[in-house]
Amino acid sequence: MNASILSAADRRRPWLLLAPSLITLFVLMILPIGIMTIFSFYEFVTAGVEKEVFTTQNWRDFLTDPFYHMFLWKTIRVSAITAILCALLGYPAAYCIAMTTYRHKWVLLLLLIVPFWISFTIRTFSWIHILGEQGAINVTLLKLGLISEPLPMLYTEGAVIMGMIHFLLPYMILNVYVAIEGIDRNLISAARTLGCTAGQAFYEVVLPLSLPGLMAGLLLCFVLAAGSYVTPQILGSTRDALFGNIIFDTIMGELNWPMGSTLSLVLLILLGAVAAVYSRYMGLSRVFKGLGG
Amino acid sequence: MKLTTTKRLERLTERYMNGGLDRRAFLGLAAAAGATAGLSMRWMPQALAAATEVRFDGWGGVVQEAIDKYAFQPYTAKTGNKVTQGTFGDESEIITKVKTATPGEFQIIHSSGVEYYKRYVDGGFNSEINEANIPNMKFVMQSMIDPFLKITPKLSAVPYDYGTTGIAYNTTVISEAEAKEKGAALLFDPKYKGKIGGYGDMTTRVWYAALATGQNPNDIKDIDAVWAKVRENRDLVKKYWSSGAELMDLLAKGEIVVTDAWSGRVAALQQQGSPIGYLDPAGSYAWMEDMLILKGSPMAECEELVNFMLDPATAIAVAEGQNYPPSLDPNKVKLTEKIAKLPAFDPTGTMASLTFADPNYWASNLDAWTKQWDRISKGG
Repeated sequence: MNASILSAADRRRPWLLLAPSLITLFVLMILPIGIMTIFSFYEFVTAGVEKEVFTTQNWRDFLTDPFYHMFLWKTIRVSAITAILCALLGYPAAYCIAMTTYRHKWVLLLLLIVPFWISFTIRTFSWIHILGEQGAINVTLLKLGLISEPLPMLYTEGAVIMGMIHFLLPYMILNVYVAIEGIDRNLISAARTLGCTAGQAFYEVVLPLSLPGLMAGLLLCFVLAAGSYVTPQILGSTRDALFGNIIFDTIMGELNWPMGSTLSLVLLILLGAVAAVYSRYMGLSRVFKGLGG
Repeated sequence: MKLTTTKRLERLTERYMNGGLDRRAFLGLAAAAGATAGLSMRWMPQALAAATEVRFDGWGGVVQEAIDKYAFQPYTAKTGNKVTQGTFGDESEIITKVKTATPGEFQIIHSSGVEYYKRYVDGGFNSEINEANIPNMKFVMQSMIDPFLKITPKLSAVPYDYGTTGIAYNTTVISEAEAKEKGAALLFDPKYKGKIGGYGDMTTRVWYAALATGQNPNDIKDIDAVWAKVRENRDLVKKYWSSGAELMDLLAKGEIVVTDAWSGRVAALQQQGSPIGYLDPAGSYAWMEDMLILKGSPMAECEELVNFMLDPATAIAVAEGQNYPPSLDPNKVKLTEKIAKLPAFDPTGTMASLTFADPNYWASNLDAWTKQWDRISKGG
């Protein structure tokens, strides 16, 4: 339709419809990021006190201090491990749910979202009673005589990754499930008819066609894990902190808002870059499709 | 406390100007108070009093439960004034909230002593208390008031209780004799590697590392030696706890067998029957807590509440409940036997036997040491 024949009201309508979302985005996202950016150029005076003068000292501190680089790298590493483990664990589950002929498939999908009914913090705390020295695993193994002293599982990097997998796995399964569910079953039948074994049909047809969903799941898990703060705080020792914890300590412990803002922006830029790379090759619409179930 | 109409209007205006009251509420209450000048009805004082609400933020857990049960609930029953409560696990957390809030949103803080008092003052969050409105301050130990007066000649806080951060140990693993012999060195004993805990707070870590290196925590000469000791402790620690509830949980579940610990929380564990011993080694870290009234608060109402909390009957009941001795001077108020047996209790009222952090010394090193501790705690 030619834009020139649209009335002024027609041209305004999309903006009016978009206005609530745009205002919300501006107030809840753009504005805070803008404020953080301004703070990142303020001078830290003492705990809780900053001077409103322009300085690049906070950015220089970040760029020259290996402490921050180490934790940024560690966050990338732990998030990547978490995302990959989520993929390895989540793909078979998603495949089973998508391919099952079970009449009440909705029950399986419902089970996926049941954990979301319980507070994330409470679910994370529950791991203390599972992994702790007097937790379910150690007590069982001790009673069975399989170990003579409790295994050190809690307050380790492994516990942090476990906690994050527990939180992120449903996101991975949902993304992969949506991708597999969208595959035309006739393609699998055709592959089998043309002589493929079940395994070959999976590797030649199902896996390539579900890759966008898998990649969307990997992106989501990586981004959410990298921004995680609560799980390392509860299940890890201080050495198992991630970049989010460094930001928290800088803002809440040292009361150094300028540096905290700088570090927050660094994480934002990093995760934005990952999302941009994904978007360049896969398109972000996949992520939203997966999130929408 | 009976208020005249003029006084009531003055206070309403003050609250409104301080941002503690919105315009509609202010106009409504001002109209009601003004009307009493010509028309006084029996229901009006109650209606005006019902509008009063004070916000309190504390450490949560058994400590705040005791304050609520023995101070706030009786106060509300007596005056009709409500006390809204919030909690925090770390005082920096509440300072951050205060910094981002409008004046008057947060009103009374159960603050952790003089070092933090200085932080509030540096941030410009302190108020000026009218001591005439808190007559029960006459019962408070002068030795607890003086450190605050050194920072601000006009008080913004009233000392309320005190305690120590000593050594707690599991008596089924560590004998009393061993604990007494090793004292603070238990925190650095490789024998208990992976079973040691500690408060994840810079002051506590530096304090005990200073003691372990034979230095005076209020005059550290070799800070590098202290950081080396902090690292040594870090490599032995299973978990640095961040709240009293977490401390109690770690000790009760046997996840750790020795840690520095808040005396009152250990007393609570002992009362619950947990096999936990406690000792204050030489130079043990003593601290005092205060009821801090923030700038922008409804001062008269806050002062009235603090005065109620300092009433000997209330303060004693709270002290017994939270297991921390009250700020009441034992020479002026007869304290109970239970309080006399609490860890850190000073029967002289001089606090001479306890070692507190020098607020000026610690404040001057606060930023640099907090940053360094944050790094060391994370493996730096």
